[in-house]
Amino acid sequence: MFSLLGRTGQFALDQVAGMGRIFLFLVTAVFQAFRPPAKIRLIVYHIKTIGVDSLSVVALSGFFTGMVMGFQGYYSLRKFNAESWLGSATALGLLRELGPVLSAFMVTGRTGSAMAAELGTMRATEQIDALYSMAINPIKYLVSPRIVASLLAMPLLTAIFNVIGIFGSYVVGVGILGVSSGSFFSGMENSVVFHDVYSGVVKSVCFGLIITWICCYKGFNAPPMATGVSQATTESVVLSFVLILVWDYFLTSIML
Amino acid sequence: MIRVANLYKSFGAQNVLKGVNIEFATGKITTIVGTSGCGKTVLLKHLNALLLPDKGEVFVDNVDITKLGQKDLYQIRGKFGVLFQGAALLDSMTVFDNIAFPLREKTRTRESDINKKVAERLDQVGLGAMGHKFPAELSGGMKKRAGLARALIMDPGIVLFDEPTTGLDPVLATSIHQLIARTHAAFGFTGIVVSHTIPQVFDISDYVAMLANGVVEEITPPEIFRASQNPVVQQFIQGKTEGPIQVL
Repeated sequence: MFSLLGRTGQFALDQVAGMGRIFLFLVTAVFQAFRPPAKIRLIVYHIKTIGVDSLSVVALSGFFTGMVMGFQGYYSLRKFNAESWLGSATALGLLRELGPVLSAFMVTGRTGSAMAAELGTMRATEQIDALYSMAINPIKYLVSPRIVASLLAMPLLTAIFNVIGIFGSYVVGVGILGVSSGSFFSGMENSVVFHDVYSGVVKSVCFGLIITWICCYKGFNAPPMATGVSQATTESVVLSFVLILVWDYFLTSIML
Repeated sequence: MIRVANLYKSFGAQNVLKGVNIEFATGKITTIVGTSGCGKTVLLKHLNALLLPDKGEVFVDNVDITKLGQKDLYQIRGKFGVLFQGAALLDSMTVFDNIAFPLREKTRTRESDINKKVAERLDQVGLGAMGHKFPAELSGGMKKRAGLARALIMDPGIVLFDEPTTGLDPVLATSIHQLIARTHAAFGFTGIVVSHTIPQVFDISDYVAMLANGVVEEITPPEIFRASQNPVVQQFIQGKTEGPIQVL
C-alpha cells in the first residue's frame, strides 16, 4: 500500500519536474532570442526550412481540404436550400479553424519531426556538448532562431493554406457542383469579418511556438542513442498534435 | 592549474566516481587510463563543467567551477579546447566553417584574419586541402584532425582529448599521437588525454593516471607507471581479467 502510494507520489513529482523543465526551456529560448547579437542569418535559414520547404505539402493539403469542404458543405447546405452560402461556410471554417490547425499539423510532420531528429542526433554525437565546450550557448544558437522563424513562417503558411483551400472549394462548388460564382464570393464577403482572420493568425502564431518549443525540447533532451532519437521524434510529433488541439480549444473559447 | 578534489558522481544506482583526487600539471600532458566504462570520460567532462558532480570540487586556476553560475561557466569554458571522441564536428558546416566557428561566434576577428588562421591550423593538422569538405565526407582520422584544429583555434591554455585514437588503426593512432605531441610542443597547452591505447599513449605523456574502481589509483611519469608494483596498474597493463579491477 505504502509502496504504491510512494510510486504514485514519485510519478507525480517527476511529472511536475518535467513540466518545470520544459517551461524553463521555453523561457530560456525566448530570453536568448532577445539577447544580442541577433542571429539574423540563422533565422532566415530556418524561415526557409520551416516555411519555404513546407510550402508544397501545405499547399497540396490546403487544396484537397478545400475541395472536401466544397463537397461536404454543398451536401449539408443543400438540405436547407442554402448552397449559395458555400463560399461563406468554407471561408469561415478555414480561416477560423481548419487552416491554422491543419497547416500546423503539416508543419509538425514535415519540419517539427526533422527538428527533433536533428537536435537528437546532435545530442547523440556530442555536437551539443561541443557547443557548450566552445562557450557557445546551444539554446541561443539552435533553438531561439527556430522559434523566431516559426513565429514568422506559420501565419504565412496558414494564409497560403486558407487561400488555396478556398480556391479548392471554389473549384468543386462552382466548377463541378454548379454553385453560382457570384454567390460564392458575395456570401464570403458578407460573412467574413476581420476578427475571423485575426483569430486564425493568433492561432497560427501560437501553434508555431508550440511546434518548435516541443520538437526542440524533445530533440535537445533526447537520450544519446539511436532509439533515443527515434523516441524523441515520435514523442515530439504526438505531443505537438495534442497540445495544438488542446490550445486550439482554449483559444477558440476565448476568441469566439 | 586544474585540481579535482574528492569528486563523486553517480548515474542512478551506478556509482561511477567515488572520491577522485587528482592534480594536472600545468603545461604538461597527463593521460588518464583505465578500463572501458570506468569513468574516464565522466571525469573529463567534469573538468570543463559539461557534467556537475554530486559532491566534490573542480578547481581551474584556483576557481571552484562547480559553484559558478552560467555566465562565469561560459568564461571558464573559453580556456578549454576539447577534442571529442567522435570529433563532434557540426555536420551542417564544412570543415573550414567548423574550425572558424568559435572565432566567428566568440570574437570580432576580421574575416580575412579568420581565413588566415584557419588555413594555418588546417595545415598544422595535415588537412590543408580538405577545408571545403563536409564532416560526412571525411574518414575517422581526418575528423579527429579537424576536431583538433577546432580545439586549438582559440589558442586555449588547456586541451582535453577524449579517446582521440578510439576506432582508428594503429598507424592512424600513432599519427594522431604524434600530432598531439607536435601541437603540444608548438602551443604549450596543458593536455589531458583520456585513452586506453597503451603503451603507445605513454610516448606522448608526461604523466599517466590510472582510474579504477571510481578512484585515481596512481599518477606518475610513464616510466615509473610501467614499473609500478600497484596490482591495479599491473592488471591493466597486462590485460588480465583477474585482479583488483572489477571487470563488468
